[in-house]
Amino acid sequence: MPHPPRSTRPEPDDLKEKAIESIRFIRGTMERAGSFTAVPGWGGVAMGVVALIGGWIASRAPNPHAWMRDWLASAAVAFIFGCLGIAWKSLRVETPLIRGPALRFLLTLAAPLAAGAVLTVTLARTGRYDLLPGVWLLLYGTAVATGGASSVRIVPILGVCLMLLGVVALAAPASWGNPLLMLGFGVLQIGFGLTIARRHGG
Amino acid sequence: MADRSRAARSGQSKSPLPAGRRGPAKLPDLDRLIHERIRLGIVSALAANEPLSFADLKRLLEATDGNLSVHARKLEEAGYIACVKRFEGRVPRTEFRLTRMGRDALTRYLSHLDALVRWARKGS
Repeated sequence: MPHPPRSTRPEPDDLKEKAIESIRFIRGTMERAGSFTAVPGWGGVAMGVVALIGGWIASRAPNPHAWMRDWLASAAVAFIFGCLGIAWKSLRVETPLIRGPALRFLLTLAAPLAAGAVLTVTLARTGRYDLLPGVWLLLYGTAVATGGASSVRIVPILGVCLMLLGVVALAAPASWGNPLLMLGFGVLQIGFGLTIARRHGG
Repeated sequence: MADRSRAARSGQSKSPLPAGRRGPAKLPDLDRLIHERIRLGIVSALAANEPLSFADLKRLLEATDGNLSVHARKLEEAGYIACVKRFEGRVPRTEFRLTRMGRDALTRYLSHLDALVRWARKGS
């Protein structure tokens, strides 16, 4: 049985689907491009400065437990600065904080950081404070590398650099731990933070 | 610019809608310059974040060098985006920004899509 000739003119439903698909494409592209800016450059600089001060204070700690406590306090302060940096940047580029790329970046950071928290407790209980710098750098580096995977190239590069420092810290003598932490969390974060701030909108 | 006048001409002569379903109001014509996928991607990305480098756009849109370069040039010629070439040390860096004209074009394009969807909902 012969089929009736098909009309080449688009139907309203086809047009609607195409228009909706285009709107989805625009939204998706804007979200992915927005994730470029979710990583806070100035927030990173502030976190780096906190790490340098915290590292200097920790280097004067009387025992390994106090040293760990000083670093954890610095991490808490740095975390607040990091969140404020993300919030400020989200507001500045008018991207939603609670469902946009900023949230995705934070959620991706969360898993390796949670693993780091568990390992910190375990290593502290067994007295293996010497392993903490390597573990912290390695897991924070992993968090930054994965969280920044869809971001500008500089973010995963920072993550990989931190991971490499973590490997060095695990292989190096325990006395290198504090300087390596200051190098990674302080100097590297400040350097990369300044570059992100200058090139990618703050 | 040639593209835009061609787009306007073709837009006037060829409505995408069937004659019997055009409805009472005439639907706006889509800006064909940014209707193309890569060009729409460039404009959308720059609307969310600027400046973006050539390498950033290439990665974001998963486009080849040649493809991205051709489409970026068309947008630049139309005045929708601005391109700045500079050196960082010895490394050349090409950065793109969205112009006011480009931002307006994207806003107009989105309104047209919205109108199209609303029209189709009424028609179907």
